[in-house]
Amino acid sequence: MNRFDYIRPGSVAEAVAAASEPGAAYLAGGTNLLDLMKIGVAAPDKVIDITRLPGLDRIDWLEDASVRIGAMVRNAELARNTAFSAAFPAISEALLSGASPQLRNAATVGGNLMQETRCAYFQDPLSRCNRRAPGSGCDALEGHNRSHAVLGWTPSCIATHPSDFCVPLAALGAIVEIEGPDGSREIDLAALHELPGSESAGGIALKHGEMITALRLPAEATSFAGHSRYLKLRERTSFAFALVSAAAMLSMEQGTITEARIALGAVAARPWHATDAETFLKGKKAEAEVFAEAAGIALKEASPSGDNAFKITLATRVLTRALTLAAKGTPDRVPALPASVFMSSEGATANA
Amino acid sequence: MTLSISLSVNGESLNVPLEDTRTTLLDLLREHIGLTGTKKGCDRGQCGACTVLLDGKRINACLTLAASVDGTDVTTIEGLAQGDTLHPVQAAFIEHDGFQCGYCTTGQIMSAVGLLSEGDAGADPERIREGMSGNICRCAAYPGITAAVLDAERRQSESEGTSV
Ligand SMILES: Cc1cc2nc3c(=O)[nH]c(=O)nc-3n(C[C@H](O)[C@H](O)[C@H](O)COP(=O)(O)OP(=O)(O)OC[C@H]3O[C@@H](n4cnc5c(N)ncnc54)[C@H](O)[C@@H]3O)c2cc1C
Ligand code: SF4
Ligand code: FES
Ligand code: FES
Repeated sequence: MNRFDYIRPGSVAEAVAAASEPGAAYLAGGTNLLDLMKIGVAAPDKVIDITRLPGLDRIDWLEDASVRIGAMVRNAELARNTAFSAAFPAISEALLSGASPQLRNAATVGGNLMQETRCAYFQDPLSRCNRRAPGSGCDALEGHNRSHAVLGWTPSCIATHPSDFCVPLAALGAIVEIEGPDGSREIDLAALHELPGSESAGGIALKHGEMITALRLPAEATSFAGHSRYLKLRERTSFAFALVSAAAMLSMEQGTITEARIALGAVAARPWHATDAETFLKGKKAEAEVFAEAAGIALKEASPSGDNAFKITLATRVLTRALTLAAKGTPDRVPALPASVFMSSEGATANA
Repeated sequence: MTLSISLSVNGESLNVPLEDTRTTLLDLLREHIGLTGTKKGCDRGQCGACTVLLDGKRINACLTLAASVDGTDVTTIEGLAQGDTLHPVQAAFIEHDGFQCGYCTTGQIMSAVGLLSEGDAGADPERIREGMSGNICRCAAYPGITAAVLDAERRQSESEGTSV
């Protein structure tokens, strides 16, 4: 790890000023930044610790029934907040399926959104990687790429965004509040992670020095609480990143879907909001064939970026199953194995 | 850059000069304070051997900068027993053979203490296993670990007079 200065600013303005200097980086929970510093992928000269900034650790319900979550709220705290998980059960389930209890106690809302891809070549400073070193090439194209993207990729970069939390957030139209050297702005979560282009490798759409201060969920996002699931397929039962995942949220009247919110995880450089599948489901009966067709629509544009065509089939099945589970209703309590495909009798073990 | 941090470790207030900002909480405990009960496995958040309680919550000391714990309260494995009386989780690990080589054990115990205070798992073995999933055991002593945590949970809820 390189040497660096440690700075603990007292206000957001001070933090932005310090982080706007060349070579500076924000430190939140540190679970991604410190890891990348240890392997030589991140090497900031100045580390700006924003965890003590006042007012960023709150969950506020606003007058219009939207909710505002401070960027320093820890992942575990948000998942466990009773009012929050009742309103957004799929978000809690996604959070609780991510990382480990220890990591979730440290990881923040802002840091989870900002975390880097887990592409092995990104993590190896000796490999060619357009995302880490623009213009150097992409060793994943001819390398170990079975977990890489099947949607929205170009030969510039085939990496995926690894966050579970971001998947239901993208489906529900979350808004990101940002403070930066040029003042405040807000963007849709969907625009936070840029897809690769013909030249660019994509990545985070923030300018140097910009800081996420909060995340907002619109009031209408609570209308899916009765039929919300997140399903995450992993290569071991727990404590593993998603191979593919799906957030499925429905609003239903007498067996008919009135609105749907759908996103896929670990399939692209951003959480993949499947708007065509949502439109297709509107007004349809909640039935197995309908869900399979919707999943097919969500993956229609998918193509393998390497040794990963199997992910297209898996994602189609995982989304079909997530929709089927969502239609049955949100379990009373987050299942014992959150988001697991191994829950054989939904709800039974969960409530045991 | 030299910093000085104050923190409480197992109830004792300490002032520690920090010559190197790169020091993690794990290295601070082991190399500077001399508390070697907290172990280094992967040093990258993947194994749980370094689990300690920071202001009462379990975290991975290897991914925490020492500079950032200024003013906090840290509990390590050395701080659990009261004199010669083991903490109920420690006693349960011994009774249920919750280890083989013992390398992961201090992290497992600290994680279990954190899990029980979170109170989400109750007496459901599946929730306990999931709640302990941040701690890898290379010897695969998992059945003993789960039994120990279940037993500690039972004792804790009995002593609190609840039936959860
Ligand atoms: C072993 C392991 C397993 C994991 N498994 C999963 C998993 O299954 N699912 C999952 O979703 N995640 C997983 N993670 C990733 C974990 O969720 C992230 O590391 C965590 O959410 C990052 O949050 P943090 O607060 O620790 O961020 P930090 O590490 O502090 O920061 C991460 C990045 O964001 C920047 N940053 C932080 N806060 C802000 C802000 N407010 N504004 C602007 N920039 C900011 C930092 O400069 C840095 O570049 C895993 C991590 C590990 C180590
Ligand atoms: S896939 Fe993207 S992150 Fe991975 S090596 Fe290629 S350019 Fe880098
Ligand atoms: S040493 Fe910290 S998690 Fe492995
Ligand atoms: S007892 Fe040997 S690693 Fe767990």
